[in-house]
Amino acid sequence: MKDSKHLRPPKAGFSRRDFLKGSGAAAAATAIGEGVSGAVAAEAGSSVVGPGPVSIALNVNGQRRSATVEPRTTLLEVLRYQFDLTGAKPISEDGSSGGSTVLLDGKPVSASTVLALEAVGREVRTVEGLHGDPVPAAFVANDGQQCGFCTPGFVVAVRAFLDKHPSASEAEIRAGLNGNICRCGTYANIIQAVLDVVKGGSDG
Amino acid sequence: MKAFRYASPRVEDEAVDLLEDRWGASELLAGGTDLVGLMKKMVVTPELVVSVNRIDSMRGITADSTGVTIGAGTHLDELLDSPLMDDYPAVKQAIRNIDSLQLQSQSTVGGELCQRPRCWYFRNGYGLLADQGRHVVEGENQYHAIFGNSGPAKFVSASRLAPVLMALGAEIRVVGPSPGDETTMPLEFFYRIPRNERQRETSLEPRQMITHIRLPADAERSCAVYEVRRGAGPADPLAAAAAHCRLRDGVVEAARIYLGQVAPTPWNVEEAARWLVGRTLDERTAREAGEIAVARATPLSKNAYKVQLARVSVERALRLVAGLDCGGF
Repeated sequence: MKDSKHLRPPKAGFSRRDFLKGSGAAAAATAIGEGVSGAVAAEAGSSVVGPGPVSIALNVNGQRRSATVEPRTTLLEVLRYQFDLTGAKPISEDGSSGGSTVLLDGKPVSASTVLALEAVGREVRTVEGLHGDPVPAAFVANDGQQCGFCTPGFVVAVRAFLDKHPSASEAEIRAGLNGNICRCGTYANIIQAVLDVVKGGSDG
Repeated sequence: MKAFRYASPRVEDEAVDLLEDRWGASELLAGGTDLVGLMKKMVVTPELVVSVNRIDSMRGITADSTGVTIGAGTHLDELLDSPLMDDYPAVKQAIRNIDSLQLQSQSTVGGELCQRPRCWYFRNGYGLLADQGRHVVEGENQYHAIFGNSGPAKFVSASRLAPVLMALGAEIRVVGPSPGDETTMPLEFFYRIPRNERQRETSLEPRQMITHIRLPADAERSCAVYEVRRGAGPADPLAAAAAHCRLRDGVVEAARIYLGQVAPTPWNVEEAARWLVGRTLDERTAREAGEIAVARATPLSKNAYKVQLARVSVERALRLVAGLDCGGF
């Protein structure tokens, strides 16, 4: 590769390819817009969208919610700042804390590393959607939090873990929750809370 | 995060067609566990992100008498749960070692193989080679390479699946650079050590992508992985080894050993593997193979300790292959 090519601004001028992509973007933006008003939002199809805002519909806690996002908007940002579902926390940028854990089609993911556009057509469940679940009740009963900032991520991760391992042992629970970090160090009480749910205790 | 355009094609060729022919101008998005964090830190700043998550042909696991084929977009937990992977317990163990529910259910196999190095110079914007390796040589190199580090690249390959997949003789199917192009190659050829900042840590071109991983039938089931970690948690291992042996009455007929986390690519320790052939695999030969494996290590100023960890990884992986307890915790 020659240096001169390196100095040139990468996107100077027009090419036929760019032009075709650009017109595709406009068409796709319309398609997603229609998704909001009724059609299936999963049709957010193969054309290029962005970098500007597009309208999408998301299925969150069983409800259909519409949002306006840029391609770079994360699922966590939409949940917190557009839907006011502030349970999932922006603790780590790369998802390493587990603080932004939500369920996507029933599986635990870090909402901070999922683009909102990637969640279109899928089922999102946040800690707010676990109202009445035995897991948060067991956290309360066992004092499974101190500052509480990591708690929503833990609660969702525990729910996902128990869905897969309903009769887990303490060792399995400890291994299974490795993706979540509590800086206060309330692990002992958290593990106790999970053991309670396994045993069917704590009103659950 | 820099603003970018986004596409979510349904077929492989469409993804290839969308990709730009300059590294960094476009990026492939799978699980997002690595790429999204890198984009937030502006370490990578693509103008276009191409998601592979709606390409159905890249999902799922199929098996026939010759082996299994895994779509690159298949999530790691799907491999853990699949009975088709029961013949590859070492692969399942490598995934279990990742030890985070979120990473297991969000990461894809292809993304795991393609994740960028954890090198903190790279992750903090000093470039993949960090000033042709000078920052690493003079700086904090305790987690850097002890093999393959004579050139400017001093980072370690981040993949925790690649060593075991390579030990099992995995091949990958790659599409691009033009729509309709496809090639199959050993996974070993996928990784290479970059010589300058215009190269990446793989041999692919910017408009190529992995679509499938193929594992040959493994009737002997004599493969094992061992990772040395800083205690429990999803943090990256300090050293790892994957060993695969064909055994007859305890005697090694063929062996492949790959180290992870010690070189800019998964590191093939051929000398140790060759030495084992014809010998009975036991505690003594496992230990000696470990010593041969690290005999040519070239540690940097602060990572000589990794030589010991790599040696132990090989020894313990081989002990597991032989059906002995690994000798550690």
